[in-house]
Amino acid sequence: MTAPADHQTHGATAAGSAHPEDTGPGETRSHSDPYGSTTDEDYGEGRVYHVTGQDWDEVAAAADDLHSDEKLVVNMGPQHPSTHGVLRLVLTLDGESVTELRPVIGYLHTGIEKNMEFRTWTQGVTFCTRMDYLSPLFNETVYCLAVEKLLGIESEVPERANVIRVLMMELNRIGSHLTAVGTMGLEVGATTVFIYGMREREKTLDLLELITGLRMNHAFIRPGGVSIDLPSGALERLREYVRIMPGLLGEIRALFDAAPVFHARSKNVAYLDVTGCMSLGVTGPILRAAGLPWDLRKSQPYCGYETYEFDVPVRDSCDPFGRYLVRMDEMDQSLRIISQCVDRLSGPRSADDPVMIRDAKIGWPARLALGPDGMGNSPDHIAHIMSQSMEALIHHFKLVTEGFRVPAGQVYAAVESPRGELGCHAVSDGGTRPWRVHFRDPSFTNLQAVSAMCEGGMVADVIAAVASIDPVMGGVDR
Amino acid sequence: MTEPDSNRQPAVPDPAELAGRERLTEPVVRTGMFGATGTGDTSGYGGLQVRRPPRVPSPRPYGSYFDEIADQLAHALGAAGSSFGAAVEQVIVANGDLTFYVRREHLLAVARQLRDDPKLRFELCLGVSGVHYPAEAGTELHAVYHLLSITHNRRLRVEVTAPDADPHIPSLVSVYPTCDFHERETWDFFGVIFDGHPALTRIEMPDDWRGHPQRKDYPLGGVPVEYRGATIPPPDERRSYE
Repeated sequence: MTAPADHQTHGATAAGSAHPEDTGPGETRSHSDPYGSTTDEDYGEGRVYHVTGQDWDEVAAAADDLHSDEKLVVNMGPQHPSTHGVLRLVLTLDGESVTELRPVIGYLHTGIEKNMEFRTWTQGVTFCTRMDYLSPLFNETVYCLAVEKLLGIESEVPERANVIRVLMMELNRIGSHLTAVGTMGLEVGATTVFIYGMREREKTLDLLELITGLRMNHAFIRPGGVSIDLPSGALERLREYVRIMPGLLGEIRALFDAAPVFHARSKNVAYLDVTGCMSLGVTGPILRAAGLPWDLRKSQPYCGYETYEFDVPVRDSCDPFGRYLVRMDEMDQSLRIISQCVDRLSGPRSADDPVMIRDAKIGWPARLALGPDGMGNSPDHIAHIMSQSMEALIHHFKLVTEGFRVPAGQVYAAVESPRGELGCHAVSDGGTRPWRVHFRDPSFTNLQAVSAMCEGGMVADVIAAVASIDPVMGGVDR
Repeated sequence: MTEPDSNRQPAVPDPAELAGRERLTEPVVRTGMFGATGTGDTSGYGGLQVRRPPRVPSPRPYGSYFDEIADQLAHALGAAGSSFGAAVEQVIVANGDLTFYVRREHLLAVARQLRDDPKLRFELCLGVSGVHYPAEAGTELHAVYHLLSITHNRRLRVEVTAPDADPHIPSLVSVYPTCDFHERETWDFFGVIFDGHPALTRIEMPDDWRGHPQRKDYPLGGVPVEYRGATIPPPDERRSYE
């Protein structure tokens, strides 16, 4: 140590005394000592600390003594970069420990549920796809499953449409998990993982764009089926994707799985066990990382998931590291499902194999086609309604402007979104518009668990906890 | 019992007539052929009034695992000093779902049994969805709970109603802590007051917002949009086919 002796002794005594001047007769110390540490001088702003070096222990001890019963309330967000969007966390801190944490939401509320009550049942897809913007195809699917259940046409949805739905959802799951893992990397300090995650996600979005025409807000899945069949060349691109992705995911794992900093940040923090998950309604990777293999694709299959071979990855560490591993494993399983979908779609196809329900009163008559200016109207259909059949024109007009009527009643449909159980409670009064549509978004529910995960822990672990919950504020606020 | 007499009026009215009466008490959901207003209805059905089908209680057996749930809940409620008939107003099986319409004063007791009884074990509550039916006098506000039993892989819907004049429903946070956010959301959007909630404050709307936006008497709002010389009215003023 190179510190002067008087500082050493001074430090030792200051811990017990708020008056450094009382330290024995051996010390002579002027009030103007430029290297002096904490003094009792009043500069008109209360107690002033001089921090000059080598005296941190002293400063900390004096501060501890004075402020042990003081709470520090910190607003983290709504513009904090690590809160995944406009999430605001109100932290009550005691030093570095979080004693209380309250999530505040609502900054992205857009009234999607209310707006859907003023549009036809088919137009509703365009709204709900914008909720959880990382998993738009799940939003669309759960809404369409609810509408189909109300109409009682679940069994009439063509097989090919179901396979395409599963394919799109699993592609979307990979894209969503890559964002979750990538942003988690960014937030705990691994920028490269974020760049890799975004780069791989881009490949997924390219496929979604190829198939639906858009990278997000697809409105691709419609009540009764999907809006358009796969374009030519899509299957080859999908096969290529399934071929290269394991290696690219392996690159992320190679960076992240054994990274000491990541382990230190994500292990044994933000603990939430199965009991906590159940009482707080937490589902998805968080629940599966707590050891419960609950996946609606297995337990309550929809869209024909029971006919695919895949496993439900489970970990039992209850911490962000386990949640990361579950997400990585789920991507591998999604690739398995995608390759099975590709096999089914590439089999011999009969001439009449629709992707939309045959009932012309529900399925939109226009089969979109690829035009010179992108995806749009079908020239064949336009020719038919505009110059061949007056009845077809009337029918088209009525279906598109008036929409179809849905029998009165209520249903609840649920799918396993990348974040957990995504539910749709749809109520009809028998009209052409929903009476009420409510979405049980997993992010909204899982966000309640952030208090349980963080209170009593360190403030730095809040970042890891929020990243492992992977909330998407578009879905939270709707 | 008296001897059956073919000349007398039957004690039980004709079920078809009863169904007709029931239907006539329901709110009108559509008038005319298309439900549109503002233009004449030339279809000849301009005077048509379509009423909402009444909510008819489902008869036993309910099918699937639904009977088991009802029996077990009746058993559990009986053991707890209540009864199924007192707690559950109506049982409806529709669209493959089982719905219990629970009287609000019994909601907590029913939820506790649904969660704790080993043969019911609905561990997971999937939240509250509010629905506003302004035409239903006395039961305008509905709170719909979806429950999931992971142990038995079953689903159940519990529906509770409250009048607009007294919008109180007991909070389920003590049984299902996950209802915290969901009940705040339903208060925010529908004005249902959940008695016993630890901090019933707005969650999506700003704290000083007036009104409850997802109620049917709350307008959607919006401004007309001009596009290439044509003006498009806001969504709630456009031609609609109810």
